[in-house]
Amino acid sequence: MEPLDYLHDGDTVSSWLLTTDHKRIGLLYLFSITFFFFIGGFAALLMRLELLTPAGHLVQAETYNKLFTMHGVTMVFFFLIPSIPSVLGNFILPLMIGADDMAFPRMNLLSWYLFMAGGFFALSAMILGGVDTGWTFYAPYSSVYSNTRVITMAVGIIIAGFSSIFTGLNFIATIHRLRAPGLTWSRLPLFVWSLYATSLIFVLGTPVLTMSLVLIALERLFGIGVFNPALGGDPLLFQHLFWFYSHPAVYIMILPSMGVVSEIIPCFARKRIFGYGFIAGSSLAIALLGFLVWGHHMFVSGQSLYAGLVFSLFSFLVAIPSGVKVFNWIATLHKGRIYLRTPMIYALGFIGLFTIGGLTGLMLAALGLDAHVHDTYFIIAHFHYIMVGGAVMGYLGGIHFWWPKITGRLYSDFWGRVSAVVVFIGFNLTFFPQFLLGYLGMPRRFYHYPPEFQVLNVLSTAGASILGVGYLIPLVYLAWSLKYGRKAGPNPWKATGLEWTTASPPPKENFTQIPLVDSGPYRYEGEEVAFD
Amino acid sequence: MTLPLFPVAASTLAPRVDALMLYVLGIVLTFIVLVGGFIFFFALKYHHGSRADRSSPVYFSLPLELAWTVIPLVLTLSIFFWGAELFIAMREPPADALEVYVVGRQWMWDIQHAEGRREVDALHLPVGRPVKLLMTSADVIHSFFVPAFRVKQDVLPGRYTTMWFQASKPGRYHLFCSQYCGTSHAAMGGWVTALSPADYQRWLDGASAGGVADSASGETMAESGARLFHRLNCAACHRDGASGAGPALAGVFGRAVQLEGGGTVLADESYLRESILRPNAKIVKGWPPRMPTYEGQVDEAQLQQLVAYLKSLKGA
Repeated sequence: MEPLDYLHDGDTVSSWLLTTDHKRIGLLYLFSITFFFFIGGFAALLMRLELLTPAGHLVQAETYNKLFTMHGVTMVFFFLIPSIPSVLGNFILPLMIGADDMAFPRMNLLSWYLFMAGGFFALSAMILGGVDTGWTFYAPYSSVYSNTRVITMAVGIIIAGFSSIFTGLNFIATIHRLRAPGLTWSRLPLFVWSLYATSLIFVLGTPVLTMSLVLIALERLFGIGVFNPALGGDPLLFQHLFWFYSHPAVYIMILPSMGVVSEIIPCFARKRIFGYGFIAGSSLAIALLGFLVWGHHMFVSGQSLYAGLVFSLFSFLVAIPSGVKVFNWIATLHKGRIYLRTPMIYALGFIGLFTIGGLTGLMLAALGLDAHVHDTYFIIAHFHYIMVGGAVMGYLGGIHFWWPKITGRLYSDFWGRVSAVVVFIGFNLTFFPQFLLGYLGMPRRFYHYPPEFQVLNVLSTAGASILGVGYLIPLVYLAWSLKYGRKAGPNPWKATGLEWTTASPPPKENFTQIPLVDSGPYRYEGEEVAFD
Repeated sequence: MTLPLFPVAASTLAPRVDALMLYVLGIVLTFIVLVGGFIFFFALKYHHGSRADRSSPVYFSLPLELAWTVIPLVLTLSIFFWGAELFIAMREPPADALEVYVVGRQWMWDIQHAEGRREVDALHLPVGRPVKLLMTSADVIHSFFVPAFRVKQDVLPGRYTTMWFQASKPGRYHLFCSQYCGTSHAAMGGWVTALSPADYQRWLDGASAGGVADSASGETMAESGARLFHRLNCAACHRDGASGAGPALAGVFGRAVQLEGGGTVLADESYLRESILRPNAKIVKGWPPRMPTYEGQVDEAQLQQLVAYLKSLKGA
């Protein structure tokens, strides 16, 4: 008899809430982060509405400041950082390496509970009055001057941080210990490589964020002088600690997306990936170099000139491995057999938007240019191109790629492509005008602004509403597919990779027998295929 | 409605920033066109239905990998050096710069000119002369940003940071606070007015042309500082010659001060400020620590007056 699939293997509430099955935990994360995504999106919507006119009209300055904090905190800590690793990584990683679960299944569940506990504190902080420090918590504003719920919010982020650390440990142990026989490091799918690099950052970087927030709390609660100069502290120390984590955190967001794209492109170009070794190696190079560039957030902070020079140089160096990836993906398309299905459109969109985001980073890494564009809308546009254009496109691409595996159902490819195009257009209309605004000099976190900036702000808000619709469409057709979608076979995309060798949805134990691996990944031969 | 796409350039540095911007923009656009072009070209040419030649596909090429590592590396390094050179120029004020003292506080800019004029949320300056700002904050971190001049610098509590610029054409330009500083962050700013040298002199002399007149208007900052120096009884110890209980201060600014326990410190503005507020942070060699702190007795603007006074004391 065929084993029950993981969705039907137990239907009590406790079979979900106490599950140690990595696939169910992945789904728990999927629901949780989707919730946070819409909270953060709601804050963004109100902000964009407020910015329709130069003078404040919708909310008050204080509320606006709380909105951008809410937007930043939820999107960064409760959506982007867990997005691909905790949802797709959790679900797909063991399947990809032929394992029946994570190395530490119970710790995996604990990660989700920690994430939810952190989310609970963060939400409480928002509901009980909000926080107005921005997601960056710069001292001494956050440690002395803000009259808002800084500590509750910090507690939430600290707890969620432990969720990241445990997830990272789990991934590293799983990748080292649970690979199927024959699955050597040089045969690992690139998504696994990118999760490995991401996990290194989780484990090495997150504790520093924890420390910096604990120090903020100590200064706030007990007046222990760490950052406040009036108590003998140093406000720049906070920025150093904060960015030591929060710059690598950008790579936490983008590396997994790069991994997803590296899976999608060979599948829909029906061609083995170009430069496997260079793509895998560049993930590690990004993870390591990413730890040496934090000071580029501080060129005009009062940091020494020489520190600025070194951080600028390293920031240019970290651009190189990112470029290497882009060029290898494009070379993969050469002589491929390209099918523009939904995941592929997201993946190609990712390359375009990530390229713009990455290249505009060159302007910010240049010291003399950064002195002008730092803390303006230019940087807002730049990092949204990376974190939304890049990370979210990659996440949605991955969701669409593995949806049939996760649910056993096919969604409407037509609506999938429509949503990808709407997201792409809406995104560019939202954020491209912000590059212009930034170079014109509009600072970020501005509740009102000089009237000459209005036209560009209106364009941006118009784009945001299109983008919002683009994000809602998948909710509809993906939900629809759960009931009405055609059943997917084990391998609807005719993809290589172990996750496609088992049933969709997979049984609880993933594989009926342990798979054996005798070749590298992406054995596509340019053949014509008919997808399910 | 107006739709500006490029900001006015009104300082000597601005065209240099714009030139670098255009250089990087050229590189950026080239790569965007290349990447986007190849994606569209391949997506069409190798679309699954097409009969393009797909024989002997390549999966690896060391020359290609090296090319797209080395070429971007060379290009980015050229941006690095250009950006660094420009930044160093931004950091080094010319020696003949006018000195203006800035205190940022929630949510206003308090500005004093060495010549004595004081203003709030406004900065008047002459065209064609470098102006150096010596800045500090009375509370949280702020940032002094003039887009038309293409420069900004964070303003921190507890220390001085400096920036300089030279306006190149008369006009009114936005002054923003670009580092988030609390509720009215967006309202913290005003106008920088660049005047011809003659107009600037008239402005300095005029008592009520827009600036908030200091109670001691008519005095230079050094003179205000001198009055404070005597009011606080600093001269009781810091007498000329070696007769006082503290070191004589003539010519102290810019000197290398020998410290107790070895080492020296350059007596710059930050050191003078620290020595007034926390005299025991660095102890001058040969002078036992007996100076009391003046923390709480002088505010940041007064500290700047004292610093201006100390700077005006020429060495013997």
